[in-house]
Amino acid sequence: MTLYLLCFALFLVGFYGLITKRDIVKIILASGIMGYAVNLMIVLFGYRRQGIYPILEKGKPVASMVDPLPQALVLTSIVIELGTTALLVALAVCLFRKYRTYDITKIRRLRG
Amino acid sequence: MILLSFLIIPLAAAFLITLLARRDGVGAALISLVATALSLGLSVHAVVGFRGETLVYSMGAWRIPYGIPLVADSFTVFMLLMVNLIALASLAFSWGYMRWLGSDWKYYALFMILLTGMNGVLITGDLFNLFVFMEIALLAGFALVAYGGQAHEFEASFKYAIMGSVSSSLILIAIAVIYSSTSTLALAKIAEAYPGLGPGLRIWVGVLLLAGFSLKAAVMPFHAWLPDAHSSAPAPISAMLSGVLIKTLGIYVLIRLFYNVLGAPGVFLQVFLVLGTLSILLGVVLAVGQWDFKRLLAYHSISQIGYILIGMGLGTTLGMVGAVFHAFNHALFKSLLFFNAGAVEMGLGTRDLRKMGNITRLMPVTAHSSMVASLSISGIPPFNGFFSKLIIIIAAIQARQPVFGFLAVIGSLLTLASFMKVQRYGFRSEKAAVPLGRRVGWSMNLAMIVLAVLCVLMSLLIVPGIREWILDPVVSAIMNKTGYAQLVLGR
Repeated sequence: MTLYLLCFALFLVGFYGLITKRDIVKIILASGIMGYAVNLMIVLFGYRRQGIYPILEKGKPVASMVDPLPQALVLTSIVIELGTTALLVALAVCLFRKYRTYDITKIRRLRG
Repeated sequence: MILLSFLIIPLAAAFLITLLARRDGVGAALISLVATALSLGLSVHAVVGFRGETLVYSMGAWRIPYGIPLVADSFTVFMLLMVNLIALASLAFSWGYMRWLGSDWKYYALFMILLTGMNGVLITGDLFNLFVFMEIALLAGFALVAYGGQAHEFEASFKYAIMGSVSSSLILIAIAVIYSSTSTLALAKIAEAYPGLGPGLRIWVGVLLLAGFSLKAAVMPFHAWLPDAHSSAPAPISAMLSGVLIKTLGIYVLIRLFYNVLGAPGVFLQVFLVLGTLSILLGVVLAVGQWDFKRLLAYHSISQIGYILIGMGLGTTLGMVGAVFHAFNHALFKSLLFFNAGAVEMGLGTRDLRKMGNITRLMPVTAHSSMVASLSISGIPPFNGFFSKLIIIIAAIQARQPVFGFLAVIGSLLTLASFMKVQRYGFRSEKAAVPLGRRVGWSMNLAMIVLAVLCVLMSLLIVPGIREWILDPVVSAIMNKTGYAQLVLGR
């Protein structure tokens, strides 16, 4: 239970950063932290106490293996997150070239 | 196999373009046009041929609890038809439009990836697979919004991408909670296991899914990214985003999950009604004050999504007919309006309604088709928007929710007011605007004419004989609720 709470705290840290920070790079980092928290949670859901690695061998009980599917899901979601983060960083570079600032409050040409 | 083609054709086209057509934009445009036409042909074939059947394809011959199933029922093929139709029209429009904006193979490759993502979301029967296809569509969408390379486009794309990553995190949490409590990710299996969960867990799952996908659909409290992203993108992309993307990622998934998987729980239907009304009224109020034509249209997208939500939230068959019908109509007339905005921007170099003028003389096709679209969206008979809104309002009264029906009527009146403003100040104004000498090409005119004709023809869907043929199988697939699971699992 403590692990889940800590995981949730990490998610909240990311969310807090996302809504309060003004620097674009910090916003990107905050969205990354949110993603890590979610990935961590998925892996935790697949974990069991005293679990062993999920590879089928002779004489190894299946019942004590951790669930391998969340690990596969997390790999996929990490790759997706990498793509999104790369795109966000590229956008940040383009924004800096256009506005000469990383401050989100000064990047305001769209309103209304 | 036909289901797999919906993924293979656009994805193969995207990679063929990057391999073969890097020299010029013409080859890339041709490849993507052929691919989309094939995909559209297949979806027409599916709509005509399926007649209410459910087709299941197991990827790699792995049965359902182990592998990823592709599922197509009437609702899926109806949405596929809508997506591919608008995609083909947008590509035809791009043929002329992108030549002005700088025709490029990258644009067409990204467009094909966007189409792959949307087709994938529609035909997959697995929750995590749906998430992956959604991310594919969104990544292409972020890049396409920033395609023009101007400052405000990067700004809009950044906002869109941040909102997208927040909503994806919420959806991923929901997927994790669902997997840990039901030990499965196939939608059909989840639908079977869901009633056995504890009441607290059921609410949690629903709230997370609702928040995540409402962000994608830009329902009112979650709408902040939409006006920026949809008004900054190139016109054909705005048409794709406003016309079909928010409906596949938002409305389709919400209907599929809340009706076919969660079994239409009453609490959430009530939430749909409230959020829908909020979207209709606030969206249209914000739209009336806009002078930027594309921004006005983007706010109207929020408002029109509200009508679909009301139809969904009523939970009756008639309400669902209205919701599905309105989704299709909105795709047609909103794409047409964005095409008009693109044509005007190309011809006069402005999106400001106050600076437009002379359009009836300079661009007759644009002016007349915009009239058709404006009448459709404000719900004037005999255009399609009138019938779908009428159905939703009648359904609201029949379901003893007259307040929501009344508010929907008010929203419709305000829509009419804002489009009278568009016609009066923009398209019919007598001001002598200076044309920039760029001619609206035949392909752009063709796209606009086809959509305008369809706007009129689609009102035929309500004629009894045709309605039973096309709309009723869709609605019965939805209202079958968790019967979906039995059909997919073949019991």
